[in-house]
Amino acid sequence: MSQEKRKIIPKKQPMPYQDPGVRCSNFEEVALGYSEETAVLEANRCIQCKNSPCIDGCPVGIDIPAFIKMIAERDFAGAISKIKEKNYLPAICGRVCPQESQCENKCTIGKKNEPVAIGRLERFIADWEMAQGLESTPDITPNGKKVAIVGSGPSGLTTAACLGLKGYQVTVFEALHVAGGVLIYGIPEFRLPKKIVAREIENISKLGVDIRVNAVVGKLNSIDELLEQGYDAVYIGTGAGLPYFMNIPGENLNGVYSANEFLTRNNLMKAYKFPDYLTPIRVGDRVAVIGGGNVAMDSARTALRLGAESNIIYRRTIKEMPARYEEIEHAMEEGVQFEYLASPIEIKGNTEGRVTSIICQKYELGDPDESGRRSPIPIPGEVFEIPVDTVIMAIGQGPNPLVPQTTPDLKINKWGNIMADAETGATSMKGVYAGGDVVTGAATVILAMGAGKSAAQAIDEYLQGAK
Amino acid sequence: MFKIVLKEELAPKIKLFKVLAPEIARKARPGQFIILRIDEEGERIPLTIADFDVDAGTITIIFQEVGKTTDLLGFMEQGDSLLDFVGPLGMESEIENYGTVVCIGGGVGVAPVFPIARALKEAGNTVISIIGARNAELLIWKQEMNQISSKLHVATDDGSAGLKGFVSDVLAEILDSTQVDRIIAIGPVPMMEAVCKVAPGSITTMVSLNPIMVDGTGMCGACRVEVNRQTKFACVDGPEFDGHLVNWELVKMRAKMFIKEEKEALSHRCGEGECQCHRKNEK
Ligand SMILES: Cc1cc2nc3c(=O)[nH]c(=O)nc-3n(C[C@H](O)[C@H](O)[C@H](O)COP(=O)(O)OP(=O)(O)OC[C@H]3O[C@@H](n4cnc5c(N)ncnc54)[C@H](O)[C@@H]3O)c2cc1C
Ligand code: SF4
Ligand code: FES
Repeated sequence: MSQEKRKIIPKKQPMPYQDPGVRCSNFEEVALGYSEETAVLEANRCIQCKNSPCIDGCPVGIDIPAFIKMIAERDFAGAISKIKEKNYLPAICGRVCPQESQCENKCTIGKKNEPVAIGRLERFIADWEMAQGLESTPDITPNGKKVAIVGSGPSGLTTAACLGLKGYQVTVFEALHVAGGVLIYGIPEFRLPKKIVAREIENISKLGVDIRVNAVVGKLNSIDELLEQGYDAVYIGTGAGLPYFMNIPGENLNGVYSANEFLTRNNLMKAYKFPDYLTPIRVGDRVAVIGGGNVAMDSARTALRLGAESNIIYRRTIKEMPARYEEIEHAMEEGVQFEYLASPIEIKGNTEGRVTSIICQKYELGDPDESGRRSPIPIPGEVFEIPVDTVIMAIGQGPNPLVPQTTPDLKINKWGNIMADAETGATSMKGVYAGGDVVTGAATVILAMGAGKSAAQAIDEYLQGAK
Repeated sequence: MFKIVLKEELAPKIKLFKVLAPEIARKARPGQFIILRIDEEGERIPLTIADFDVDAGTITIIFQEVGKTTDLLGFMEQGDSLLDFVGPLGMESEIENYGTVVCIGGGVGVAPVFPIARALKEAGNTVISIIGARNAELLIWKQEMNQISSKLHVATDDGSAGLKGFVSDVLAEILDSTQVDRIIAIGPVPMMEAVCKVAPGSITTMVSLNPIMVDGTGMCGACRVEVNRQTKFACVDGPEFDGHLVNWELVKMRAKMFIKEEKEALSHRCGEGECQCHRKNEK
């Protein structure tokens, strides 16, 4: 095949980054984005495979070769429309999706060389569109039906956008004072600027979607009441916002935060601008972050930027860390310290109740468990103490119980996740659908979006059939 | 935006707002709270609902100016609007016909006790109330409490109104002479703790905790308290708990989490840099 003959540049075009020594003390975005020239060069690395394996790797099925071809041909406007056929939040996905385990993982070029930088190209084209101020609003014919969406994270927003485009009158209810879910309160500014999230959400509002903040469903209106009030269907995308703690002694001392609290203070409430912004945060000189996922990396890198020495403490080794490799690498470059094969067993404090140190148990890796990961086993007697001022628990989150608590007919599993059909998002209640982290447990932005999309499809079929 | 339709000064540094929030007013129950944010730079603070009026669509809040945000709030005028106002949050008070209930309010705590006492009376209870403050001037809602109580006792630290002493002293006397089935106490932490010391363990003594909060929906755990040796999130599991089971040392300790920062925020002077304090609402 002729395309096979073309000489392939073996590596991705490098992403320009803020220098680690500079960025470790500011909250500006770390990755600066491709220029047009770089993007076109990178787009030319794509060989336009007929079977396009990359599309199979994309949870929302973006026509990847098609949009890349348009970038190569400098048809940027065409490229962005192509993406938006399938994904309404490209500027966000281009930044935070784990492409290395999705589309790029399947890329043909990736077999012998580095895969095409699909994520970077997606980000480039979304940013290009924003810079042009070109975002257009399609003509929509209202169909007279009303849908309520609970939660404005990526899942709820995607459902809202899909249904809005189809002419439904969509209302999104969000408990916090800003829409966006984890994109706003969890993922830090330096990885996902809030201006970008706000802009993507504005585009969704332009589809006629009404986003109501400060509206806690279950407290203000229950799901049943929404149905009684004339909503023809409801989608629940309330996420996994309930922070887990370890239940070890000293966990309620001053200076122990859940990652959610720590990140919410910073991202949503802008505590890093205290006292101009009135929400305080205190990190002290030394911080220990417990966990090895994206949430732990974000917490550690935030603590570092607030001026503390930042340490990640993780039960397994770097190989088992669930965080995206890129995030681990960035954290290391910025100076975050990593303590592997250790887990806290106690937090100690002074007479005022402030954290002074953390006591950890040393582990070794045993045989692989059911999940295939080698499980850590404590080494008897190997216990050590690290002096710290702050401890951040980033060991996971569960589903927020508010909605199930107030919706007796909604079936949940033993972990509190809403039970929903994997294909359609249909729950145990007629006309009520659910998806995203509240169903799957903490997962990814794109999976939450994928679930929102399928549910929108199912809701549309349900309501058109239910004429 | 949520409009302040009424502002009243109840006592020095103690103010009452009626805020227009019809949807919340329709849902509010005694014992619940709201979270508000004044403006873009503001923090989210919880305030217990002092009253609600479904017809007027208002929520009444009463606050004492004790920190940066309550200070700023005190500067707001009737007609101004709050940027965010969310609720009703937390569990509602358990209201049943218990028999005789003593309702105790200390300082601004009288305000949130009021709707609970009223609901208890409507449920058929004999309501004996005790309200207290440092002095007569700081005593609020005596009239209101009197209306819904079979008997109202007043105590002030300096004796300028009612009995000289603490509300817990009055409670001790009542317990000596009367069969009491339940106690509700809301006020400063030392007062609630003192009430729990006086009240025998056999009488359920509900207190309303007001720890540091961020979201108020169970998402951050800033509001952790220990009840019966278990960690609870006050914003969703409470704010009311049986005071006999509360770890009071922890409550007092966690209240001091940001004491240094609170001082810094207060001394952050107006007119400097980007400081927006005391800015009048232009809307
Ligand atoms: C710090 C952090 C970093 C992450 N990094 C990445 C990453 O790099 N890449 C990636 O793919 N994924 C990442 N994730 C995971 C990803 O963010 C989530 O999987 C995704 O946001 C889930 O989307 P969602 O719409 O299901 O829920 P959420 O984003 O959690 O949104 C749920 C929304 O519902 C609201 N809500 C909850 N209850 C109610 C109620 N009763 N009434 C009204 N509203 C309610 C919440 O306030 C929230 O706004 C990260 C997560 C965190 C916490
Ligand atoms: S697999 Fe890689 S090379 Fe093939 S079409 Fe997709 S992005 Fe292009
Ligand atoms: S205030 Fe955040 S969980 Fe209670």
